[in-house]
Amino acid sequence: MDLLGFTIIVVKVLVVFAATMLGVLVMIYAERRVSAFMQDRVGPNRVGFKGVLQPIADGIKFLMKEDLVPERVDKPIFILAPAILLIPALMTFAVIPFGSSINLFGREIALQVADVNVGILYVLALTSISVYGIVLAGWSSNNKYSLLGGLRSSAQLISYELAMGLAVVSIILLAGSLRLNDIITDQQGSFLSWNIFRQPLAFLIFLIAVYAETNRLPFDLSEAEQELVGGYHTEYSSMKFAMFFMAEYANMITAAALTVTLFFGGWDVPLLDEGSLGLFGALLSVLSFILKVAFFLFLFIWVRWTFPRFRYDQLMRLGWKVMLPLALFNIFLTGGYLTIKALG
Amino acid sequence: MSLSLLFYCVGGIAIGSAIFVVLNRNAVYSAISLVLCFFSLAVIYLLLEAYVIAVLEIFIYAGAIMVLFLFVIMLLNLGREDALPNLNYLQRATSLLLVLLFFVGIFLLMIGDQGLFPQPTEQFVAGGIYPLGEALFSKYLLPFEVASLLLLVALIGTVYLAKRKV
Repeated sequence: MDLLGFTIIVVKVLVVFAATMLGVLVMIYAERRVSAFMQDRVGPNRVGFKGVLQPIADGIKFLMKEDLVPERVDKPIFILAPAILLIPALMTFAVIPFGSSINLFGREIALQVADVNVGILYVLALTSISVYGIVLAGWSSNNKYSLLGGLRSSAQLISYELAMGLAVVSIILLAGSLRLNDIITDQQGSFLSWNIFRQPLAFLIFLIAVYAETNRLPFDLSEAEQELVGGYHTEYSSMKFAMFFMAEYANMITAAALTVTLFFGGWDVPLLDEGSLGLFGALLSVLSFILKVAFFLFLFIWVRWTFPRFRYDQLMRLGWKVMLPLALFNIFLTGGYLTIKALG
Repeated sequence: MSLSLLFYCVGGIAIGSAIFVVLNRNAVYSAISLVLCFFSLAVIYLLLEAYVIAVLEIFIYAGAIMVLFLFVIMLLNLGREDALPNLNYLQRATSLLLVLLFFVGIFLLMIGDQGLFPQPTEQFVAGGIYPLGEALFSKYLLPFEVASLLLLVALIGTVYLAKRKV
C-alpha cells in the first residue's frame, strides 16, 4: 500500500470516529431538549446558545467527578467492562457506507472506512459482542441490582439478536450479497425499490429488535430505574459511567445508520444519479444519509416518551413467540417469491 | 514478514488464553479468556483470508454461545474462587493421563496421515460465502441435514426436560 492510500484510510477512520463522537454529543443534547419538549418543560437552556454547550459541560463534570471503585467489586473486570462495551460500539461504523464515492487526488475514494465483503455479518457479530460489557459490569459490581440488570440484558440481547438476524436474512436474500454496498445498490432507483416497501415485515421486526439491542425504551429492562436502581451501571461513577453513556448513544447511531442502510437505501437520494453529479452528488449523498440517520435518532427519543416499558415475561414472549416465527415466515415468503421469480 | 509476526503474536495469545481457561479457578475469568481465545482464532482465520469463518467464529461462538455460558455461570453464582470443588490427586492424575493420551492420539493421526505440517494440495478458497454455501448444499448436503436433525433432537430434549419439572 502506498503512502497516499494509507493516509486516506487514516483520515477516513478519524473522520468517522469524530463524526460518531460529535453525533453522541448532539444526541445527548437532543435527547434532553426533545424530552423536555415532549413533557412540556424547557430543558437545559443556560450553557451557550439555547443550551447547545450543555453536553460539553456534562463531559467536564464527568471528568472532574471522583472516580469511585467500591471496595468489594471484582476490580479488573469492573474497570474493563465500560471499555468492552464502548469499543465494539465505535468499531461497528467502520463498514457502513456513509456516501457514494468522491474523486480526489486522481483516485476514486469510497466514503466508507472498510468495504468488507461480509459487512452485514461483521455488524451483527460486533453487536452480539457488546452484551459482554453489560453482563460483566453487572457481575463485577457485586450488587444484586447490577447482577439482575446484567442477567436480564444478556437474555434479552440473545433473544432479539435471533429475530434481528433473521430479518436481515430476507434482505440478504433480495440483494444476494452480504456487502453493504451491494445492498444499497440493490435499492437504488425510485422510492419503491427501498427495502422498507419490499420488506415491510422485516423492517418492523428489525426496528423492534434494534430497540431491544440498544437497551432503549420500551426495552430498557437492564436499567429499569424503578426496579433496579440503575441496573448494570449502578456502581459506576465519573468517566466510567460516561463511557456507558457514550456507548449507548454510539450504539444508537450505528443502529440508526444500519436501519437506513438496510431499509432506506443508505446514502441513496431517490430519483437521482449521484455518480453523474461529481463532488456535488457525493455531498448530496452524505447529506441524505445524515438526514435519514437523524430521523431515526429522533425516532429513538420519540418512542422513548411514547411507549411504557415492557414487563420481563412480556418481553420474552414477544421475542420468542411473535417476532421469531414472523421473521421465519418472512424468510419463507421471500424465498418463495425468489423461487417463483427464478422459474418464470 | 509483518503478517507472520502477527500470526505468532495472535497464536501466542490464543494458546496463552486457552491455558488460562483451564488453570483459572474463577469461572467468569475462564469464560472471558475463552472469548479472548476465540478472538485470536478469528484473527488467524482472517490471516488465512477466511473472512466468513472469522466473522462467524465471533458471531456464533463469542457472541452467542459464550454469552449463554456466562449467563449460566452468573445464574448459578459460580463466579467465586471456592465455588468449584477441589479435585483429589487420583482425579487429577487420571485427567492428566487422559489429556496426554488424547494429544498423543491426535499427534499420531497427524503424522500418519499427511506428515507433521500438511500443506493444502489445491488452491485454498475459503474467503467467500458463495463457495461455502455451494459446498454446504451440494457436496455436504447430507451431513448438513443430519446436523440440523441433531440440533432439533437436542431442542426437543431440552423442552421435554424443562417441561417435566413444571
